[in-house]
Amino acid sequence: MSSLQLKDLYDGFRDPDVIKSFQKLIAREAEKLNRTVNIMEVCGGHTHTIMKYGLAQLLPSTINFIHGPGCPVCIMPKERVDHAYVLSQQSDVILLTLGDMIKVPGSHGSLQDARAKGADVRFVYSPMDALKIAEENPDKKIIFFAIGFETTTPMSAALLDVVIKRGIKNIFFHINHVTVPEVMKELIDSRDEHVNSYDHRIDAFIGPAHVSVISGSKIYEIFPKHYGIPVVVSGFEPVDVMEAIYMIIKQFNEGRSDLEIQYKRLVTHEGNLKAQALIEHYFEKVDLFKWRGMGNVPNSGLKLREEFAAFDAEVLYKEVLPYEEIDDHKLCICGDILRGFAKPQECSVFGTACKPSSPLGSCMVSSEGACAAYYKYGNLL
Amino acid sequence: MTKNIVLAQGNGGEENGELISKIFYKHFKNEILEKSEDAAIIDGGRLAFTTDSFTVSPIFFDGGDIGKLSICGTCNDLAMMGAKPTYMTCAVIVEEGFAVADLEKIVRSMKKELDINGAMIVCGDTKVVPRGSVDKIFINTTGVGVVQKRGISSNCVTQADTIIISNQIGKHGATIFANREGMEFSSALQSDCTSLWPLVEKLLDEGIQITAMRDATRGGVAAVLNEWAKQSKVCIEVNEEALPVSDEVRGICEILGFEAYNLANEGTFVLAVKSEDANKALEVLQGFEEGHYAAIIAEVTHQYDGRVVLLSAWGSKRFMDLPTGELLPRIC
Repeated sequence: MSSLQLKDLYDGFRDPDVIKSFQKLIAREAEKLNRTVNIMEVCGGHTHTIMKYGLAQLLPSTINFIHGPGCPVCIMPKERVDHAYVLSQQSDVILLTLGDMIKVPGSHGSLQDARAKGADVRFVYSPMDALKIAEENPDKKIIFFAIGFETTTPMSAALLDVVIKRGIKNIFFHINHVTVPEVMKELIDSRDEHVNSYDHRIDAFIGPAHVSVISGSKIYEIFPKHYGIPVVVSGFEPVDVMEAIYMIIKQFNEGRSDLEIQYKRLVTHEGNLKAQALIEHYFEKVDLFKWRGMGNVPNSGLKLREEFAAFDAEVLYKEVLPYEEIDDHKLCICGDILRGFAKPQECSVFGTACKPSSPLGSCMVSSEGACAAYYKYGNLL
Repeated sequence: MTKNIVLAQGNGGEENGELISKIFYKHFKNEILEKSEDAAIIDGGRLAFTTDSFTVSPIFFDGGDIGKLSICGTCNDLAMMGAKPTYMTCAVIVEEGFAVADLEKIVRSMKKELDINGAMIVCGDTKVVPRGSVDKIFINTTGVGVVQKRGISSNCVTQADTIIISNQIGKHGATIFANREGMEFSSALQSDCTSLWPLVEKLLDEGIQITAMRDATRGGVAAVLNEWAKQSKVCIEVNEEALPVSDEVRGICEILGFEAYNLANEGTFVLAVKSEDANKALEVLQGFEEGHYAAIIAEVTHQYDGRVVLLSAWGSKRFMDLPTGELLPRIC
């Protein structure tokens, strides 16, 4: 028997016939429902799938997507990007981060700009790559600018675990990990005075895929129970998303509000307990974390526990890091887009002053942001 | 534009185009340059003339090396204008400490590729710079070709044309990513680095009516099609399923979040041929090992002039945009 090929893992989930079958099933269920349903895909990965595969074009007009805030690169506020920028300017520092974080503009520019001016900024595929870089550069301080939701947090924790166990002296962390359920709650409750005038229009959530592999679907229980909003945790392939939409519409037709898992091949209710324990051991909640386009969201960020302060670049470089608040760009309507009150093309600077190569607001930064996905793939409906 | 040069400005995409037009075209402006073809057509249309610099890292990669690439790259640009490569120059900037055996290996593979093209190096330059001034070795080659078929241009693609790709896409870009430090893929993936003149010569010999040709280097197939759509003021509608992509390239794209049509090729080209000749062109290309997977991928319409549209197998559409920024992996 031949071994499993990589494509075997995804080909079936992009099968045109299966996608078309779901299209028919959804159309039938939506007809019975006879009203508009606003579905928020929380995670940027889903926004990417919906836009890349043109899924919205396959759905009846009564199904409307609200593109959520689940892109960790997009939501990084200027204040934090400025931290990274300042850290990269310190002598003897090599700043590491993940993928397209390098492109996010702060108030002095992006890390890409810092690198062009001579700073040693590198992107790594895995935080563990820091070990080799630290070994090769014993006289440098390696600062890992850690970003991401529950998906990438265990990797940062695992790196710190190795650093401590091996007694490595030159790896430090700047933590910007954020958590999903808190921002979902914020979208509904809008507690921040900055956005108190908003209401929300979310009828149902498509729950994140990779986040839920780590955290389990249990973190979303509050939404169907307390708020009466259904959640279906979905995979990132087009067939996954189509099935999740079908499951959501069915819930409405059957008068249910449940937490369901479509992405059963990887997500359980409990999640990855070992990863959760690792996170719990090294991290604790911060009271407020500012999200670009959303403002301060309570309990939505993580930081290193106090006993690990010796590894915390935010503590070590306290004297040089800037702490003033910076307002989001005045013309940017990312906040409205994230709450479902506006679509990207309704923004006055969309595609003109704000483009992927020169983003003003959060949603244009990464291809997982709603604006960047609209810009890149167009909206040919 | 940024105050300092950033890597994204060398990506073959939007930022690269901006840099070229705002700095180089602004000052060098002339009629020939502004045609923005793979090679300049000079001497009343008789000759094609082009140059290219090679800085690839790693210098030895699966399927080729910087030497082979430096000949293929320049000769292919000539071939894309229907010109047979003839005389070439070779300028080398090499870093102090570089192994002479490696240099000879590189030059040997240049010679091999020159023979395939029937071209020769007739002058050159060698510079040695202190350690750290360049990354091992940079090579520039310039080439002159004799135009065999006039009028091939990316400015005149019309609805009467059909778009063909000569082979599977994205192999060079994917190979370079897979060969870079930090990535430990084991796969049979090889760069498509190859000389295209033999294929072009045969197409011309068979009398195929070629409107435009371009090798899909930096920026990949997406960059070529977008340039054609803009320059010829047409809409190119690509059938996504028809794009030939190897399993290895698809795998790397899946893992890193890339699109195969944004990845560089070094021996794969896009052709616009008169629709009645499309099948014959396919037959010719498929007769070569380097054209084995040639396929018809798109038609030309006026639905969204200046844009390239991708049609999915399930009836949805989206734009195939130019790559922007550095190719960076998405984080999740």
